[in-house]
Amino acid sequence: MEEKELIVSSSPHIFTDEDVSKVMLNVIFALFPATIAGIYFFGTYSLFVILVSIFSAVIWEGIALLFRRKPLNTLLDFSAVVTGLLLALTLPPRVPLWIPVVGTAVAIILTKQIFGGLGGNFLNPALVGRAFLLTSYPALMTSWISPLTSATPVSTATPLAIEKLKLPYSLPSYWDLFIGKVPGSLGETSALFLLLGGLWLIYKKIIDWRIPLSYILSMMFLSLLLKKDPIFQVLAGGVFLGAFFMATDWVTTPLTPKGKLIFGIGAGFLTIAIRIYGNYPEGVTYGILVMNALTPLIDRSIRPHKYGEVKK
Amino acid sequence: MRLLSFRGGVHPPTKKELSKSSPITPLPLPERLFIPTQQHTGAPAQPLVKVRDYVYKGQKIGDAQSFVTSPIHAPTSGTVRRIGFHPHPSGRPVLTIEIESDGKDELFPEISSTPWENLSPDEIRKRIREAGIVGLGGAAFPTHIKITPPPEKKIDTVILNGAECEPYLTIDYRLMLEKSELVIEGLQILMYVLGVKRGIIALEDNKKDAGDALKKYLKGDMEIIFLRTKYPQGSEKQLIKAVLGREVPSGGLPLDVGVVVHNVGTACAIAEHFRTGLPLISRGVTVTGEGIKEPKNLNVPIGSPVFKLIEECGGFSDTPGKVIFGGPMMGVAIFSLATPVIKGTSGVLVLPRNFIKNHEPLPCVRCGRCFDVCPMNLIPTMIAEYSRLKKLELAEKEGALDCMECGSCSYICPSRRPLVQWIRIAKSEIIERRRK
Repeated sequence: MEEKELIVSSSPHIFTDEDVSKVMLNVIFALFPATIAGIYFFGTYSLFVILVSIFSAVIWEGIALLFRRKPLNTLLDFSAVVTGLLLALTLPPRVPLWIPVVGTAVAIILTKQIFGGLGGNFLNPALVGRAFLLTSYPALMTSWISPLTSATPVSTATPLAIEKLKLPYSLPSYWDLFIGKVPGSLGETSALFLLLGGLWLIYKKIIDWRIPLSYILSMMFLSLLLKKDPIFQVLAGGVFLGAFFMATDWVTTPLTPKGKLIFGIGAGFLTIAIRIYGNYPEGVTYGILVMNALTPLIDRSIRPHKYGEVKK
Repeated sequence: MRLLSFRGGVHPPTKKELSKSSPITPLPLPERLFIPTQQHTGAPAQPLVKVRDYVYKGQKIGDAQSFVTSPIHAPTSGTVRRIGFHPHPSGRPVLTIEIESDGKDELFPEISSTPWENLSPDEIRKRIREAGIVGLGGAAFPTHIKITPPPEKKIDTVILNGAECEPYLTIDYRLMLEKSELVIEGLQILMYVLGVKRGIIALEDNKKDAGDALKKYLKGDMEIIFLRTKYPQGSEKQLIKAVLGREVPSGGLPLDVGVVVHNVGTACAIAEHFRTGLPLISRGVTVTGEGIKEPKNLNVPIGSPVFKLIEECGGFSDTPGKVIFGGPMMGVAIFSLATPVIKGTSGVLVLPRNFIKNHEPLPCVRCGRCFDVCPMNLIPTMIAEYSRLKKLELAEKEGALDCMECGSCSYICPSRRPLVQWIRIAKSEIIERRRK
C-alpha cells in the first residue's frame, strides 16, 4: 500500500454538532411563542418594530465588523439577530420605528462590538439598549396601549405602574397576567409563552435552570418579606423575559452553578428593591445589569472544588 | 438500578456498532515487522541484537537498566534487517528494530510456561517484567511497577477497567466476551500478587453481555460493576471515584487511596503469558471508522505496519482524512501508513477526508460547558486563556497540571476553541520550567 496524504492534528478528532450559531437559532426559536403572542396582543405594528430591530441590529453589527476588519461571516453566529429580537420584545408596542434603530446601535456598537464583539461584552447588549432608550426617551418608552384593541389604540398604564403609583385603573387578573393580556412591552407580557420557550432552552441544556428559578424565588421571597403580592410581582412586568432570556445570557453571567445561583438571587432582590424603593415601576433591566457588572467578581470568588484538591 | 458515574463528561456518538459484532481474528504475519524501542512509559529499551542477527519468536531483543522501563521481544522468527529511526505512533521517529520474517515462526527455545499458582508474588512480578507486559489501555505504563507498591501503601482493591469509553473502540469488549476466563484469571493473578481481597471489574452499561460472559467465571471475592456510558468513564481517577467514591489526591496515584487499576486487556495478557510462556508480542486492535471498508477486531503481532491492518479490513472505503492510533477523543493522528502497531495501540481509526472539518475558533462566549463537562472540575476556558497569554503561574493555579487531556472541553465548546490543546501547551511549559 502506497503512502497517502493524511491530516495530522492533536486530539480530540470529533466535535459536537452544537456550535454558537445553532444555539442562537435555538434561542430565536424559543422566543417565537412570545413574539407571536406579542404581535397577536398588540397588533401588526409590533411586527414592524421587531423586524426593524432585528434588521438594524444586523446592519450595525455588519458595519462594526467592517470597521474592525473582521470577516462578515461572523454575522452567521446569529447573535445580532438575538439581540435585535430581545430588544424589540422589551419595547412598548407603539414606539416610533427609529427607536429600535437607536437602541440596537447602542446595544451592538457601544455594548458589544466596542468590547471586541460576541464574548467580549460584560453587559447584556439588549438590556443596555433598553436602558439607554428608557433614560433618553422616557415619554416614548412609557406610553402603553391596551392589548387586543382596534385601530385606535387606547393608551393606558402597565400593571406595575398602576400598582406602584396607585393609578385609577383596575389591576388585571392573575390569568390575564399569566397569558399576557395586559398592557406592557410587546414581548414581555406573556409569562406563559415565555415560560414555554424558557423550558425548551432548559430542556436543550442551553440555559441553566438555576438562574430563572433562583431569580423568581428570590423575588417572591423579598415580596413576601415586604408585604407585597409575590404572584403579582412575578407575573407583572418583564420578569419572565428577564429571568429566562436575559439573565441566562452566557456571556454576561457567571460560569459556575453556584455563581449562577448568586446571580439569580441578586437579580431577583434588586428587581424587587428597585420596583419598591426606586423611581421606576420596573426593575428587571437594572437588576440584571447590576448583576452583569458583578459577574467577574462572582466568578473570581467562587472557586469550584477541583477533583483531588486536598482539603486545607 | 442507579448506575455509578462521575461528574462531568460528554456523550459523543459511540459508533461501536461498526465493529462490535466482529470476533477477534488474527492478522496474517507481515513479512516485515517494526519493533520500536519505546513502546511504554519510561526509559527506551536498548537493542540487544545487531543487524543480520537471527531472532526467534519471543526472544528478547531490547531492554534497559532503569526501574521504569519494559523489554521488547521479537514477534516472530527471522533476521534483523535494520536498526534505525522509523515512524512511530507518538508522531516522532523512534529507534526501531526491523525484523524480516522467515515464515517459520520458530519459538525461542528457552520459552516454557509455568502455572502462576506455583510462583511467589515476587517471581510473578519478575516474569511479568521479563514478558514486557505494560498497560494495554493506552498509556502503556509498565505493569510490574504498578503491582509493586511501596510497602507503606496499603492496597485493598484491584479494579479491572473494562469501561472502554472511547468511541469506536471495541477490542476490550470483544476480549471480555471471547476470553472471559482469561480476564478473570488475570484479575486473580493481580489480586494474588497484591495480596488483595477485593476485585472489581468495571464496565459501561452498553456492554451488559460482556458482563454476563464474565459472570460465569467470577470468583467469590470478585464483583462486576456497571457504570453509565459516558466519556471518559474509563479514566483511572474517574473510575475510582465512581466505583469506590475515593478521590485520588492531586498529583497522587491510585496507590494513595489503596487502589490499583488495570485494563482488562492487560489482565488477559498476564493470564495468557502464564499459560503459554510467550511474552507480549501481539495484542488486540480494533480497526474501524467510516473510512474502513470492513471494520474488524484483529489480533495483531506487535510491530505490524498499520497499512497491513487496513488491507486486512478491505482497505479504505473513501479518501482517508485521518488515520488515528487509539480512539477519536485521545488518539494520535499519524502521518505515515508505515507506522507500526505498538503495545499501547488499542485501535486504528480511519476517518474519511470529508469527515474532517477545519473549525475556525470563535471567541469564548462563557457558556460554561467546558466546566460542566470537565471530569476534573477545572475551568478549561480559563486555563486555556492563561496559556494563550503565557500566564503560566495562573494556569498552574487553575489546575493545569491536573488536566488529563481527555478532550471533553474541546469536544463540547460551541465556539470551537482548541481548549485542551492550549492546556497541553501550558502543561508542557510548566513542566519544562520546573526542570530548570
